[in-house]
Amino acid sequence: MTAKISFTLNGKPWTGNVHPLKRLLDTLREDAGLTGTKEGCGEGECGACTVFLDGQVVMSCMVPTCQAEGKKVTTIEGLVSDGDLHPMQDCFIQEGGAQCGICTPGMIMAAVAYANDPDSAEDMREALAGNLCRCTGYTRIYESVKKAMEKMSVSEIR
Amino acid sequence: MSRAVSDTPIRRSSDTSQFKSVGKNPPRKESREKVTGKAKYIDDLTFEGCLYGKTVRSTIPRGKIKKITFEPGVPWEEFTVVTAKDIPGKNVVALIEMDQPFLVETEIRHMAEPIALIAHPDKGLVEKALTKVRVEYEELPAIFTIDESLSGRNIQRGRDNVFKKYHIQKGDPAPVFSRPAIVVIEGEYWTGPQEQLYIEPNGVAAVATPDGVTVWGSMQCPFYVQKGLKPLFNLPDDKIRVIYCVTGGGFGGKEEYPTLPAAHAALLSWKAGGRPVKIIYDRMEDMWATTKRHPCRTRVKTAFAKDGKLLALQVDATMDGGAYLTLSSVVLSRGTLHAFGPYACDHVTIDTRAVFTNSPPYGAFRGFGAPQTIFPLELHMDRAADRLGIEPHELRLKNILHKGDTMATGQKMEDEMDIEGILKKAMTESRYLEKRKSHREHNRTASPVKKGIGLSLFFHGAGFTGSGEVFLDSRAGLEITPAGTVRILTANTEIGQGSFTTHSQIVAEALRIPYEMIEVAPPDTAVVPNSGPTVASRTCMIVGELLRRAADDLRDLLIRSSGLSNNGYGPDEFRRAASAHAEKNGVTRVYAKYKPPAGIHWDDQTYTGSAYGAYAWACYVCDLETDLTTYQVEVKDFVAVQEVGRVIHPVIAGGQIEGGVAQALGWALYENVVLKQGVMQNTQLTNYILPTTADTPPIRVFFYENPYPNGPYGAKGLGELPMDGPAPAVASAVAFSLGGKFISSIPILPENICEILK
Ligand code: FES
Ligand code: FES
Repeated sequence: MTAKISFTLNGKPWTGNVHPLKRLLDTLREDAGLTGTKEGCGEGECGACTVFLDGQVVMSCMVPTCQAEGKKVTTIEGLVSDGDLHPMQDCFIQEGGAQCGICTPGMIMAAVAYANDPDSAEDMREALAGNLCRCTGYTRIYESVKKAMEKMSVSEIR
Repeated sequence: MSRAVSDTPIRRSSDTSQFKSVGKNPPRKESREKVTGKAKYIDDLTFEGCLYGKTVRSTIPRGKIKKITFEPGVPWEEFTVVTAKDIPGKNVVALIEMDQPFLVETEIRHMAEPIALIAHPDKGLVEKALTKVRVEYEELPAIFTIDESLSGRNIQRGRDNVFKKYHIQKGDPAPVFSRPAIVVIEGEYWTGPQEQLYIEPNGVAAVATPDGVTVWGSMQCPFYVQKGLKPLFNLPDDKIRVIYCVTGGGFGGKEEYPTLPAAHAALLSWKAGGRPVKIIYDRMEDMWATTKRHPCRTRVKTAFAKDGKLLALQVDATMDGGAYLTLSSVVLSRGTLHAFGPYACDHVTIDTRAVFTNSPPYGAFRGFGAPQTIFPLELHMDRAADRLGIEPHELRLKNILHKGDTMATGQKMEDEMDIEGILKKAMTESRYLEKRKSHREHNRTASPVKKGIGLSLFFHGAGFTGSGEVFLDSRAGLEITPAGTVRILTANTEIGQGSFTTHSQIVAEALRIPYEMIEVAPPDTAVVPNSGPTVASRTCMIVGELLRRAADDLRDLLIRSSGLSNNGYGPDEFRRAASAHAEKNGVTRVYAKYKPPAGIHWDDQTYTGSAYGAYAWACYVCDLETDLTTYQVEVKDFVAVQEVGRVIHPVIAGGQIEGGVAQALGWALYENVVLKQGVMQNTQLTNYILPTTADTPPIRVFFYENPYPNGPYGAKGLGELPMDGPAPAVASAVAFSLGGKFISSIPILPENICEILK
């Protein structure tokens, strides 16, 4: 029982035949072939599957694909423009924000959302509290996000 | 409860200006792939015609399989099904002992034990089918605790359920305890199991035919998997190829365990005529069925002179090994060799054992037995300080090891060391003395929030224990590429610890060429030599040194044969010489083989000698608050000072310490593995609580650099060290906040605090 579902994926139209209740995470990974979005728990607790749905942070393991119909979906792959990394990605490299890297795509998405709208959370800790990292103890992640926010405020990259 | 995000530049204390790569912070080799989502983890790989495998597991802790029924409602004829009967070779995991089957043949030994395997191209259908496999059992009585195991009433292993025992003896403590005018203190301590909780669950894929087996997977040790699979298929080394995929965390949980799912996927593929089979655990299965840190009960008895001099020390520790030996004997060994701490004492006995229970086997986890024995000793030192009326840091200063002293194993401290300096640095950075005073004053007020600060002093031995490195006999290599760059060949996996990067820095430094000219071959048993497992804080120190030696040889070779100047060269000259060499001679590889450093001797029979070639030393201080209305503990500040030899990459090294501290804070305060019938019940991230950003304090890291003569550019191992110290520092600080009421088991949960205050 599949249905035709269309949304804008990283700026380009995407259409696929999928079960409407298939997790958006699986549709992205299996049908759209974008495996940058990861699965750490499958129950909305770890944040490894974080993507943007119409600019809002969502856990794609908790979103049925039909909910994306007609909306804009942005994944980690969508942060690179013309081969240039987003400043957040750049700073995760420079500051050692990624260790094993499995939480990194989701963490970067959450961090970009916060950097775009720092009023959305009381502070960086709160903004990233839904994203688990077992490797870093978070310190290098904070350094990465802080650096990126400085850069972004100068260049106004959004 | 907003807390400042600390500014934590990693501070270090040595000058590295003579180096070009070592001591610098180049971008990690693989980080661009990781931040863009391009890095390929096992579940990101697709295989043509792939089947998805699932494991039928026991739902009783012990018993016999009477019957397996594949119930209707599933098109079973489309499935590949494997039971023990289908195994072409030996049904036994080749590890230390051959005692664990890949699939149960007759007797089930623990919950969640693999019984059968099913696979189908439709992932959803396999999951449904799993619920349609019914196993009938004849249950047998099981044992779940150390006491039950040792009671002698239900012997399931050898004569006494004991997997392994160790004994260390220095002097004779017994008569000391009856000396007059001494203070004898005894205590019993408990450390609970802990789930590694790498964020990427275990996963593998395999293709298996009589011509050979290939496995891809998330793993720490490709050659362990190869060794484990050989008897299963009766195939030689070169017919079993194991390929590492980018691995989303290991922490020991992907040391020995991946051999099981690798074998399972390969068996399914074998039965399916060589179709690829993927087995990816979901979080629940991973938490339910895979290894955890060994729980450990420790009794400590000490005799002190009134002035605080430690006169005698007795430690008796028992670890629960679970239902098969797996690595328990080596975990126990490391626990044994860390049980006496960084203290000089003339009379010591250490007795340890690992026992059988009907739990899933406990396994490797960062620290590998050491955190379990360091916690009791360090907390005991604090209790002793309390009893003796001596400040905890003073009690330690009175007893610490100095150069020239001997450990309980008789190992003489020959290298330069300054434990006192480390302790004092940690006290200064944490404002320890000042806070003890101000916290004490604060705690006299009516505020329901009580403050505490505590420290721990400890070491971690790097590399395999005793003669382990000699037995491993590791080899690492370098290859000249046609482009004139250099490729690293080792079996050591990048699991987040930064090994691809630190190895590249070491090689770049030794060859005097830029870091960018070094690449790293992905660990693949068909390509790389066996440089030993990626465990035991050995990758940078031991394998890094092999690479440094190989680099020296490679440079000499180019000087001899390809006109590289002996008096210095630039990158272009190196490139030209190297590519000329490659053109003339084809693929050129240079290998180095492990040589034990001079003066390292170890006796496995008596447990005496140099247990480790190098020790990292550390002092950690935890500053926290205990809320007496909610019984919640909140860590406010954490200072980690350590001496780890030379720091190769300060950001990576700092990241290892910060991550290890956070993981250890989890063990101390949050991570409660709830066991029922020996198996974990809270198998979700909703009920097994990991430290989040909200729970992790600012972690301030300081390195003392004291180059180790036998490590590459002076590096020692550091990956496990940060797992050792936080728990005792936390427990000590909690006790301080509760006015000297010690909680001697971890995790310290709100209910434990509530309980002790009653
Ligand atoms: S996989 Fe979606 S939150 Fe963990
Ligand atoms: S980098 Fe490994 S989980 Fe975050």
